[in-house]
Amino acid sequence: MTEKTQIIDGNRAAALGAMLSRVQVIAAYPITPQTPLTEALSEFVERGELDAQYVAVESEHSALAVCTSASIVGARAFTATSSHGLAYMHEMLHWAAGTRLPLVLACVNRAIGAPWNVLNDQQDSISQRDTGWIQMYARNNQEILDSVIQAYKIAEKVYVPVMVCYDGYILSHTEMPVDVPNQKDVDKFLPPYKPHTILDPNNPKNYNLVTLANPRLNAEGVLCHGYMEIRYLLQEALQNSIDTIVQTGREFVELFGRSYNLLWKDGMDDADIVIVAMGSLAMEAIAASEMLREQGYKTGVLGLRLFRPFPKKDVVNALRESRAIMVFDKNISYGQEGATCSEIKSALYGSGAKAAIRNFIVGLGGRDVTAREIADAVKRSLPSLSDTTLNSEYPQWICHI
Amino acid sequence: MAINAVNLTEKEYLLPGNRLCPGCALSLAYRHILKAFEGQVIVTVPASCLTVLHGMYPVTSVTVPCVNTPFATTGASASGLVAGMKALGKKGLTVLAIAGDGGTYDIGIQSLSGAIERRSDFVYICYDNEGYMNTGNQRSGSTPLGAISGTTPILGKQQSPKDITAIMEAHGIPYAATANACYPLDLYEKVRKAGAIQGTRFIHVFTPCPPGWRFPFSDTIKIGQLAVETGWVVLFEVEGGVFRLTSASESIARRGKLKPLREYLSRQGRFKNITEDQINELQTSVDVRWKRCLNRAGNK
Repeated sequence: MTEKTQIIDGNRAAALGAMLSRVQVIAAYPITPQTPLTEALSEFVERGELDAQYVAVESEHSALAVCTSASIVGARAFTATSSHGLAYMHEMLHWAAGTRLPLVLACVNRAIGAPWNVLNDQQDSISQRDTGWIQMYARNNQEILDSVIQAYKIAEKVYVPVMVCYDGYILSHTEMPVDVPNQKDVDKFLPPYKPHTILDPNNPKNYNLVTLANPRLNAEGVLCHGYMEIRYLLQEALQNSIDTIVQTGREFVELFGRSYNLLWKDGMDDADIVIVAMGSLAMEAIAASEMLREQGYKTGVLGLRLFRPFPKKDVVNALRESRAIMVFDKNISYGQEGATCSEIKSALYGSGAKAAIRNFIVGLGGRDVTAREIADAVKRSLPSLSDTTLNSEYPQWICHI
Repeated sequence: MAINAVNLTEKEYLLPGNRLCPGCALSLAYRHILKAFEGQVIVTVPASCLTVLHGMYPVTSVTVPCVNTPFATTGASASGLVAGMKALGKKGLTVLAIAGDGGTYDIGIQSLSGAIERRSDFVYICYDNEGYMNTGNQRSGSTPLGAISGTTPILGKQQSPKDITAIMEAHGIPYAATANACYPLDLYEKVRKAGAIQGTRFIHVFTPCPPGWRFPFSDTIKIGQLAVETGWVVLFEVEGGVFRLTSASESIARRGKLKPLREYLSRQGRFKNITEDQINELQTSVDVRWKRCLNRAGNK
């Protein structure tokens, strides 16, 4: 194992991850803050460092359409976007997952309009929760690079596309040291893609024909799935992908020495107050937790790496004994609460957990979230835990209203 | 050797018994298009009447590989198939994108225009039944002035359609042509020619629609021929910038006279509420276009 440490930003890390994964077709449309990633990839291709077709499409909708069609042919395809671009892809996100194509998409998380805002939050990818993609979030640039490579391995095993999400600017434009694996090791980890789709005039197949609700006989009299069975299989694939994601993490640590699982835990062994966050916010939460520890609170941090499928079992195991769970969300399901908070409550239902759960909406549209603010929010909430209200009806917003 | 009904390949790639309406010109057109490629294609198709022709899972009426793609993405999907095959070094198959007028003039024009600008290597066929016929006949960017549709139910459409072939030509493509399902050999020859050229090739195929246009199922060929004889449709091709009239349009140019447009319009229920002014406007635009075509072809 020989790795080179480079000081790079998150977009560069994602681009290197795609190159090391030997992607064969790249289609992308520029959008802030994803742009340097696609520029880097087109540069790799023009320099001859990456043997791939770079398709400079006229929209994100077309970017994902190019990727789905290239993937049906059997090519390993990659795209990247942010915010409005991801929203514009919405129809194709469903289509890619429905076709069970192992695409990888880097989502550089950015707020979504109106009003216009180019800075970070996670509303864009959270809004695509129900499209059938696996969603994982990186806390730092090393995790971005490693996750892109792992994403192909996972996607191509379970035939479900994977979205690797990382925070715009906070990671995409911030340089930090990243150990870049060498190509030989990545090749050992990630074998060439074996497609499940065939486009051959000698064995003609017609993909994604109109499909009725009920099963139907084919020309040979064999009963084939209806629409609902095909949907069930996608759900089953996502449920089962948890094992593949864990296994992929195990194989990765063996070759590269960096350990990956479904969650990140920090100071959790004796914690009775747990801060939960996803993406780079989980790193800020660690700093907040350290501050609180110094003040005598028994805090820990649970970082969510995987959002879809939601790692219920691991979340329950991590949180069952907690007294208080403080969930920080960089997204909001309007009229409800932060998305990860809802997931955690849902996971804990019936587990016997007695923790009070508080939800904080933070960092929307690039609003800075400091460790001190997180720590203060936790402390402010502690008195309310003494009453019997385990749940609060709506989240608290850390903003000037 | 010129293609005729005797030496046309007997092999069928479109199986008998599909789900299209009786008298649909699309079946006829698609049958000859697939013959022209000798089945060596990958077809990408958006939501359209062709989706209906292709059948319902797990039964299909075609024997060529097909990819269904969302409505707006035909050009992008074709581009992706081309890129995928190039990346994998696969050769010998032509990518055929085929969409209706709604999928081409309206929702698909962006992805098609982008793919052409990237000089993507595929054949694009727009079969034009002048409306959203798959959803029961609503107006599209191709529906003619004066035509009644589900969304122009009483007055008929108040605007003229775009000239999609001119728009495609303006992209600087190596081959653009018009064809008509009711002249299948002319269509066949154009598809074969397009198949042998590199770059994005565009063929507009006029496909009369009995239920949408409200004429008897048995009259499809008659309507298609009248369209050419009246100049409603002009059959031509533009290859490497050189314009040429073909088939019946070429012989009409030599004889020198179009039939009055009224003969074509009066046979279709969709024009039952058309006004005299609209008929005159349509006749004028047909005459102007015909003259322009004659000029371009060099026989004034």
